[in-house]
Amino acid sequence: MSDKAKTFAPSRRQFLAGAAAGATAAAASAAQAAGPDPLITEVQDWASGLGDGVDATPYGLPIQFEQDVVRRNVEWLTADTISSINFTPIHALDGTITPQGCAFERHHSGAIELTKQDYRLMINGLVDTPLVFSYADLERFPRENRVYFCECAANSGMEWAGAQLNGAQFTHGMIHNMEYSGVSLRTLLEEAGLAAAGDFKDKWVYVEGADASSNGRSIPLEKALDDVLVAFKANGEALRKEHGYPVRLVVPGWEGNMWIKWLRRIEVMDGPVESREETSKYTDTLENGVARKWTWEMDAKSVVTSPSPQAPITHGSGPLVITGLAWSGRGSRTGVDVSIDGGKSWSEARLGAPGVDKALTRFYLDINWDGSEMLLQSRARDSSGYVQPSKSELREVRGLNSIYHNNAIQTWWVKADGEAENVEVS
Amino acid sequence: MSKFPKVIAGAAVSLALSLPAYAGTCGLGGTALPEEIAAWDSDVSPDGTGLPAGSGDVLVGEEVFAEKCAACHGDFAEGVDNWPKLAGGHGTLDHDDPLKTVGSYWPYLSTTWDYVNRSMPFGAAQTLEPDEVYAIVAYILYSNDLVDDDFVLSNETFSEVTLPNADGFIVDDRLQSEKHFWTSEPCMQDCKESVEITMRARVLDVTPQEESAAAVPVVAQAAAEEVAVVEPVAEPVAEAAVEEVALDPELLAKGANVFKKCKACHKVGEGAKHSTGPLLNGIVGAAVGQAGGFKYSKGMRAAGETGLVWTEEELAAFLTKPRKYMKGTKMSFAGLRKEADIEAVVTYLKSFE
Repeated sequence: MSDKAKTFAPSRRQFLAGAAAGATAAAASAAQAAGPDPLITEVQDWASGLGDGVDATPYGLPIQFEQDVVRRNVEWLTADTISSINFTPIHALDGTITPQGCAFERHHSGAIELTKQDYRLMINGLVDTPLVFSYADLERFPRENRVYFCECAANSGMEWAGAQLNGAQFTHGMIHNMEYSGVSLRTLLEEAGLAAAGDFKDKWVYVEGADASSNGRSIPLEKALDDVLVAFKANGEALRKEHGYPVRLVVPGWEGNMWIKWLRRIEVMDGPVESREETSKYTDTLENGVARKWTWEMDAKSVVTSPSPQAPITHGSGPLVITGLAWSGRGSRTGVDVSIDGGKSWSEARLGAPGVDKALTRFYLDINWDGSEMLLQSRARDSSGYVQPSKSELREVRGLNSIYHNNAIQTWWVKADGEAENVEVS
Repeated sequence: MSKFPKVIAGAAVSLALSLPAYAGTCGLGGTALPEEIAAWDSDVSPDGTGLPAGSGDVLVGEEVFAEKCAACHGDFAEGVDNWPKLAGGHGTLDHDDPLKTVGSYWPYLSTTWDYVNRSMPFGAAQTLEPDEVYAIVAYILYSNDLVDDDFVLSNETFSEVTLPNADGFIVDDRLQSEKHFWTSEPCMQDCKESVEITMRARVLDVTPQEESAAAVPVVAQAAAEEVAVVEPVAEPVAEAAVEEVALDPELLAKGANVFKKCKACHKVGEGAKHSTGPLLNGIVGAAVGQAGGFKYSKGMRAAGETGLVWTEEELAAFLTKPRKYMKGTKMSFAGLRKEADIEAVVTYLKSFE
């Protein structure tokens, strides 16, 4: 405990040293013009003295200079921080994998501590033999590794009525992307035997968590047998407490609320439970007051993560890397277009790596910025032919009260000084 | 040509012989016992499947609700602060900012029963008896003008109630209603004539950190402060523990029970932190409204600055009628009616120094 605090909290001296180093770096180009760079010509402390030994950090946090790359929450969003959400600092990350330590959290009754020894997973309902697995049992089933994004259905929800939060972390940060290791749900269901379920077509599984919120969702058996995972590792290590340690459900391409954490029970049923989280919440109210339910799939979506309000351009005109993330819950790889003029014209972005089904794709557009204002947008396409809509196109079909599933195109107004602001355009 | 492929093939064969692949199941896990299934399988479906026998009426419901739910949901289910409103909102679903409550939005009564039963009260879930759940749900229906005050909800009368918005939902139809978003050839050039900025986030000014360039040091500082406040809280605790007097174990147990009403917002014990309400370790004898790292109401802070201390008497007065005692307090709890409960909970709090 105290070790952790010590590692994370820099001393006042270290902090000041860090700040000073930052100032030096900012002045580097000026120094270059004036003469030889002392960072090169003079022997620096780190090039002469010694660094930490291998026993200094048994499990490391990012170096102190990266302290601002953290999850943040928005206080006014919820009544308290226990049933609440925070946001991944996507503006400061690159690549596609989200480190667990800064991947967004959403709890309904707080992040609980459940040991592997106390963990039990029950499968009951329309199965041949109702079973209970221990954590050790789960580790003995054949395992899979898969990378998937998990996006809260409410990601960008605060932006339905208009541009509101000034930063990609806040507008699009209810998302993370991890490599999961676990057992396919199909394997576990087949272990219990599905002859009792009869025709699979109209059957469901109800999945619930062990925490006090008892969060539970109904999933069609067809999806449960397709690609759903019962995961116990993420990015190679145990799940973090806040992501459901020791076991969570992974429901590829579908809204994050269904990815039950601290998974404790799977019941095969002949109908949906219509629980609180699939009726009063996570349903989308349309303009006429009728609400859509069972809107599980996450539509194709993208956002420019840099430059953005929290990641302004600090280097002036010249070579500029525009980068962002794109994804689609419909399983198909995404192509991405970028506009710097608010959607008048578009250029196809370069993908950092070929798109992976139901996982984040990193895109880049490398331009020679002339220093003039930009209205930056990105537009995701998936191979089902879906094209990410503009805000007005989305509002036209859904009105302003949907809250969930806002996948509209985001606009950043990048000014001549490099600062960026969340805006809406005609 | 080379012996290599043959060696590989041979190895594969011997592997296959020594490690048989699974045929069907793995034989892992134990059979779930009926008692275990009964303990965990408590979900209730729209047709009432899963409901236990029991009943509760509106009047009992009002009492239970006042005691266990009203701190967050209000005496009349109208909601306190940002906590969910459970009543009202009829006819607002097609308005801007519709008010979605059990009465105006929820399609099935089973959902309300199920949620109250398994997930409420916040901080003390799964402690209600079935009759209490029936009574609370009856009161929520009454608060929504859906039943009269003599209504009794039971597993038998359950199917008599249909919620107003039962037909207000359609199954996801995006593939049809949003078909036009599947346009395989999106516009690339000359897509619109002009572009105007129509709305700016900065105008609203609701983002936690404002200036992006300035955000870095601000955050670093905030993080450092957070670390700093933890330690000063811990130290006086150790000192105070020395002069601890033995507390009546019976009163302590009773106080622990009363404290369940406070637990949703206040934490105590080792490793506890501020939550919706401030951390209460060492609260008896502490200065009012001065714990670092918690945002008190102005009134609470000001009272402490004038030297007010949480003596047992002051705490008792506060807990009797919180909002009357401390104008503007953020604590939405209605207060404890019984003096014995107050004495017990204060004793309980004294045990956390």
